[in-house]
Amino acid sequence: MSEKIGVYVCHCGTNIAGTVDVENVAKWAAEQLKHRGVVIARDYKFMCSSTGQELIQKDIKELGLTRVVVAACSPHLHEATFRTACKNGGLNPYLCELVSIREQCSWVHTDKAAATEKSKAVVAGGVERVIWHEPLEPLLVPIHPATLVVGGGIAGIQAALEIADAGYHVYLVEREPSIGGHMAQFDKTFPTLDCSACILTPKMVQVGTHPNITLMSWAEVEKVDGYLGNFQVNIRQKARCVKTDLCTGCGICQEKCPKKVIDPVFEAGLGNRKAIYTPFPQAVPNYPVLDKENCTYFLKGKCKACEIFCPTGAIDFAQEDEIIQVDVGQIILATGWDLFDARRIPQYGYGRFANVYTNMEFERLSNAAGPTGGKIVLRDGVTEPKSVAIAHCVGSRDENYNKYCSNICCMQSLKFAHLVKERTGAEVYNCYIDMRTPSKGYEEFYNRLLEEGTHFIRGKVAEITNAPRIPEEEGKLIVQVEDTLIGKQRRIPVDMVILSCGLEPRHDAKEVGRLFGISCSADGWYIERHPKLDPVATMTEGVYIAGVVQGPKDIPASVAQGAAAAARALGKIQQKEVSIEPVRATVDQDKCSGCRICNNLCPFNAILFHEDLMVSEVNPALCQGCGTCVAACPAGAISGTVFSNEQVLGQLEGLLLLNVKRLEPELV
Amino acid sequence: MTDQFEPVIIGFTCNWCSYRAADMAGTSRMKYPPNIRLIRLMCSGRLDPTFILKAFAGGADAVLVSGCHPGDCHYIEQNYKALRRFHLLKRVITQMGIEPQRLKLLWASAAEGAIFTNEVTKFTEEIRALGPLNWPTSGDAEKMFAVPEQMAVQEVAA
Repeated sequence: MSEKIGVYVCHCGTNIAGTVDVENVAKWAAEQLKHRGVVIARDYKFMCSSTGQELIQKDIKELGLTRVVVAACSPHLHEATFRTACKNGGLNPYLCELVSIREQCSWVHTDKAAATEKSKAVVAGGVERVIWHEPLEPLLVPIHPATLVVGGGIAGIQAALEIADAGYHVYLVEREPSIGGHMAQFDKTFPTLDCSACILTPKMVQVGTHPNITLMSWAEVEKVDGYLGNFQVNIRQKARCVKTDLCTGCGICQEKCPKKVIDPVFEAGLGNRKAIYTPFPQAVPNYPVLDKENCTYFLKGKCKACEIFCPTGAIDFAQEDEIIQVDVGQIILATGWDLFDARRIPQYGYGRFANVYTNMEFERLSNAAGPTGGKIVLRDGVTEPKSVAIAHCVGSRDENYNKYCSNICCMQSLKFAHLVKERTGAEVYNCYIDMRTPSKGYEEFYNRLLEEGTHFIRGKVAEITNAPRIPEEEGKLIVQVEDTLIGKQRRIPVDMVILSCGLEPRHDAKEVGRLFGISCSADGWYIERHPKLDPVATMTEGVYIAGVVQGPKDIPASVAQGAAAAARALGKIQQKEVSIEPVRATVDQDKCSGCRICNNLCPFNAILFHEDLMVSEVNPALCQGCGTCVAACPAGAISGTVFSNEQVLGQLEGLLLLNVKRLEPELV
Repeated sequence: MTDQFEPVIIGFTCNWCSYRAADMAGTSRMKYPPNIRLIRLMCSGRLDPTFILKAFAGGADAVLVSGCHPGDCHYIEQNYKALRRFHLLKRVITQMGIEPQRLKLLWASAAEGAIFTNEVTKFTEEIRALGPLNWPTSGDAEKMFAVPEQMAVQEVAA
């Protein structure tokens, strides 16, 4: 055993020393582990203090230590501290091992003798493990300065603008023909009631004209390869059938197109568009998209009205999808949400009763640019409702659908109540479970609604029916609800019901997550690195999330996350290269039998198979170091740094005191 | 210490959830018996079945395998691989004459210090009741320790 190991046992004041006899542990290590290479074992009040660290550094220099074991707190707290101390002492930082005798020993045990014995075993484990440590260098990875932003809603727009304004290139990919997302569909935004378009469209225009932003709408990401700093992304630019270099966005094609189609996306099914269309007049980019499924030419082989009337000859029926490959250093996902499908709650009658609306339908109904020009009317298009009920928590906070709170519905319902009252003077009933108005200015808005005379009924709507029991209910929708504040069942006859449907993860969130190597929570939202301290980073380095993809949130929070994700990306771009922990697997190609068992085990696709050599290879930059392949390799050809078989088995021997037991069998 | 049998339990935890659950138990000053000694891996997927067999061979009376909850794995889904190995190993150790109760699987998130504490306490008591691990062919205790050690050295050399 040629290693010279220093063992340092920390008192941590009384945190450790109160339960563990630290002097005894250090003395024991110096004596019983001497034959394993321990040349010095010390105990000290606070190892993490600068004097404690200097102690290690001094010993490295004077005693020529080649390995260091510190027995103190959890490695999650001070591993970096002691690695740096070793580095400053001239020892490779990865030749240091921090074993925990605080969180995993002194703090959880009460018997001092037993805790001391356990600490000895833990120290022995550290010593046996550190023998097998290897000097490592952190991997340096260059960062490509361009960033991909997926999703052109308000979160994606904000992220793209922040990065572009800082002088770096952004590819913004949007699935729909125009950016703007759900926010573009709204009329007013709570609690200030600013017009949504007035605050959003200037930002959209900025994105469209920014020299640092390449905007790809009507496009989807198809494939992602690479790792932090070096992603190769394949983007499918779906065929618009419009040559964007020739199109001026004059709109004549949409005017002349004879085919009207119900618009299920932007108009939420309430309004029409043409077969060649931009979803709304302020769309960015302003080039239309030809909907092949509904175009008369594609269905019947003739028409071509758009081509005939296009003044610049921009229509191209033969255009095909195109795959565009871009290189980016980092990725921000802001792919937003889907609306809960109200048909899933049959007793609410959506789809059966004409005048039961979803919240998105109502947004379009109340929008001045919407199908009714902002007139709040029933489905017949003319009658103003005299009474409106708003059902909260549709598909949210419900064991049968989604357990979570959708966050925005209370405020949105209050906004609806205000708009209905203001524009029609109708009686408005809000049926809520709890009112949740926790942000700046929100409670004030709620109070304002209370004063405006909106009725609030604390109770979840049980049923919406059109079966009258009394003459007053004739021809009305009847909302059956228990008013839990008075403890009575109520039947409220109304002309219109608005269902405040909750937010759901995108229907394809799981597949998209897999594409980018990130995972969804049980509810389907993408998992952040830390729910409080790292809400926009993900477990995959270089991939960030912003907006509702992370969980239901309102516009201000989405904007904040968009900007936060951009700041995270910019930080890495500024560094030009980043170092990553060298916890990696490697394949010994001489031992590899080419069985490919490891290939499918890797969740990061980091293992390549060389068909010509019939061996597998781990891409160190893609590898995240989980070690599953190391454990699975039947030939033992894969080894993992920092957690090698030798290191783990060494620690195991130490913990079981196998190498000291024979010297002193009565121990423990 | 009393005459009561004190088992030695080896616990394998993943770096992200279960080791942090143990951290959490510590910072919350929860209490559990000192019989368990933890080994931190990056992921429960790193758990080579050999580790468990070596632990039993080396004198552990029980082994705890702990990782992130299914669906919460830091490495997306590697804890499912640990789960598969766990079920297989349960059968293997049974065939070897080891009571299957000596191998336990525990999912614990970083927030579940209390669950970690309770389960470790329960497990320790179960093993204490079960008594020391007796290999069916067990003879001299000294011999028993020597054999695995030689095995370990051989593999290291290879």
